[in-house]
Amino acid sequence: MRNLKLIIKREYLARVRNRTFMVMTFLSPLILVAMIMLIAYLASLNSEEQRIVGINDETGLFAGEFRSSEEIKFIDLSEVNVEEAKDLVKEKEYYGLLHIPEIENNVSPDIQFYAQEAPAFGFLTQIEKIIGGKLTNRQLQARGIDIDLIEESQARVVIQIQNFAGERTSKMSTYVKMFFGGAAGYLLMMFIIIYGNMVMRSVIEEKTNRIIEIIISSVKPIHLMLGKILGTSFAGITQFIIWVILGGIMLTGVSYFAGLDVTQIHSPQQQALEQLSENDLQQLVIDIAKLPMLTLLVSFLVYFIGGYFLYSSIYAAIGAAVDNETDTQQFMFPLILPLMLGIYVGFFSVIENPHGVVSTVFSMIPLTSPIVMLMRIPFGVAWWELALSIALLLLSIAGTVWIAAKIYRVGILMYGKKPGYKELYKWLKY
Amino acid sequence: MDNLLVAENVSKTFGEFTALNNISLEIPRGSIFGLLGPNGAGKTTFIRIINQIILPSRGSILLDGHALQPSDIQNIGYLPEERGLYKSMKVGEQALYLAQLKGLSKAEAKKRLKYWFERLKIEDWWDKKIQELSKGMAQKVQFVVTVLHRPKLLIFDEPFSGFDPVNANLIKDEILQLREDGATILFSTHRMESVEELCEYMALIHKGNKLLDGRVSEIKQQYKSNTFEVGLGTSDPETLRKELQERFAVTDTNFKSIHHDLKLQIQIAEAASPNDLLTFLTSRATVNHFVEVIPSVNDIFIKTVTTHA
Repeated sequence: MRNLKLIIKREYLARVRNRTFMVMTFLSPLILVAMIMLIAYLASLNSEEQRIVGINDETGLFAGEFRSSEEIKFIDLSEVNVEEAKDLVKEKEYYGLLHIPEIENNVSPDIQFYAQEAPAFGFLTQIEKIIGGKLTNRQLQARGIDIDLIEESQARVVIQIQNFAGERTSKMSTYVKMFFGGAAGYLLMMFIIIYGNMVMRSVIEEKTNRIIEIIISSVKPIHLMLGKILGTSFAGITQFIIWVILGGIMLTGVSYFAGLDVTQIHSPQQQALEQLSENDLQQLVIDIAKLPMLTLLVSFLVYFIGGYFLYSSIYAAIGAAVDNETDTQQFMFPLILPLMLGIYVGFFSVIENPHGVVSTVFSMIPLTSPIVMLMRIPFGVAWWELALSIALLLLSIAGTVWIAAKIYRVGILMYGKKPGYKELYKWLKY
Repeated sequence: MDNLLVAENVSKTFGEFTALNNISLEIPRGSIFGLLGPNGAGKTTFIRIINQIILPSRGSILLDGHALQPSDIQNIGYLPEERGLYKSMKVGEQALYLAQLKGLSKAEAKKRLKYWFERLKIEDWWDKKIQELSKGMAQKVQFVVTVLHRPKLLIFDEPFSGFDPVNANLIKDEILQLREDGATILFSTHRMESVEELCEYMALIHKGNKLLDGRVSEIKQQYKSNTFEVGLGTSDPETLRKELQERFAVTDTNFKSIHHDLKLQIQIAEAASPNDLLTFLTSRATVNHFVEVIPSVNDIFIKTVTTHA
């Protein structure tokens, strides 16, 4: 125990004092903030540019339907024929030309958009909506239906979601759950990749420095391995905390002084937020408060620590098996694969159907469960599923650490060999 | 005899490969014991088993009368052949770390390190990083760390490789001093001259098998061939040579001398006494030089290893 503490302390100090580590700790938030500012700046540039679209309307039906806005200006080119209009648009480098010929088939009219480059998806949808709406109304009128009557009869439905215990939720709460789960899963993946690699490099360093045999004559290999994993993770947590604090300070500071509003970045989520009424915002706060916070926090810690241990012991074993970092490639892919799988299952399957077969299975498999289960928990998971998943995780951690320690204790004393999987399997029996 | 370390039928296999085959050894307390063998003989495997870095497949090791246990790392100091230090850590800092891993308190470790650093005149290095030191300098630090916790058993694997002659001598003297102070020293090498110089006992391992072991003088006794090197003064060397060849196994030899007419190596029968040879020689010529040929450890090593190849 005393030795384990000594090793953890040394590893921690070695990581933290490392120059690259320091630079990364203080530079990363800076780079991140700079990038966010850049994106914000570019987004503001983009929206300043007004697109000009020519309209060649042979029907004369749509005059006045296309209203110019800050982003798009519509020019009526119905006086000339299509070919002339096309030449004009091309010559003046307009965004494109919308050609509406005489309509013969009311249900699927033949409408063209001519442009140098494929137009934005959002723009097309908007145009289609305008034309479609107009044509529908026209047909309804032709059949003697009063449009105003339809408008008046339009019912607006917002389903109130309520569970059997009588707690109200809303669509917002799904977003909230997605956000919390996704952030937790993503954070874990990043942590494993960054600090697992650090553990691996630290093992390789001891091998190339040839100090390993001196150390190993004083301490048990498993203590050395655990000490490395723990020391590195403490260094990682330190770095994360500094990042969060620094990033927060800088982001508020910069946006305050530069006057650039970071919230102006237009993203679909942002737009969804903007459409929220005051009522919805209150609901948001309620939804966040209603998340199973204690379960979330405890299971976050369990899965975070468990997942990190599982992966970093494999990283340590890989480090022990090779002589230098270039030899690690063949082992890296199979290790990254389940991590990526976890993230994909999380972002596609869990959000679609948090309690479906795919989500449930992957939240049980130990290599993916930390990520997938973290994403599922905000949606509510049965306690027995959670217990089973954690039990499986703990069992496989015990197994993996045991196997990794075996490979580790043989590997650290092997020089000049580039082992394959077969070789590693043999080491288990030494 | 009082043995500090006893190995009983120790075997180690790695998969199909047998690294050690039934090795039994006794290392007397307070001795310097040479463990010899060509590269790949299994010396390092044996030493790693003593250090509990790896476990034997069969057999056991007794230290000071009891089976090896984890706390014994404090009784053993090991300087491995593959040795290095953390490159980016300061000398003093990592010496302290390694000493603490051996069970010393920080204060005690500091005190002893200070003593040793002054003794080896390396006190200026405390705040330097290893990457600023030469290989020989780093080895001095490693030596200090090995002996700092005053272990009963010191194991040196090729201790002199990497040292210049001056420092090699310095380390040799320190090793002898440690023996004086009561330590038992196991010394693994394939450099025979250092064994000749330092070791009282030795064992020879080849391809995982122990070929011979015991007191160096006794082994030499076994390996001597009753051969004598003689320098004779005579007026008729050819006749004398023929006469000798009829009675003994005679070969020509050469050694430094002022003046001899005949320089020969003469082997006598095992039961015969050198006095008989000497009596015969004095009756025929002037004997200027008469020395028993004692096999060097190197000779024994080569002879044993080649006959078992």
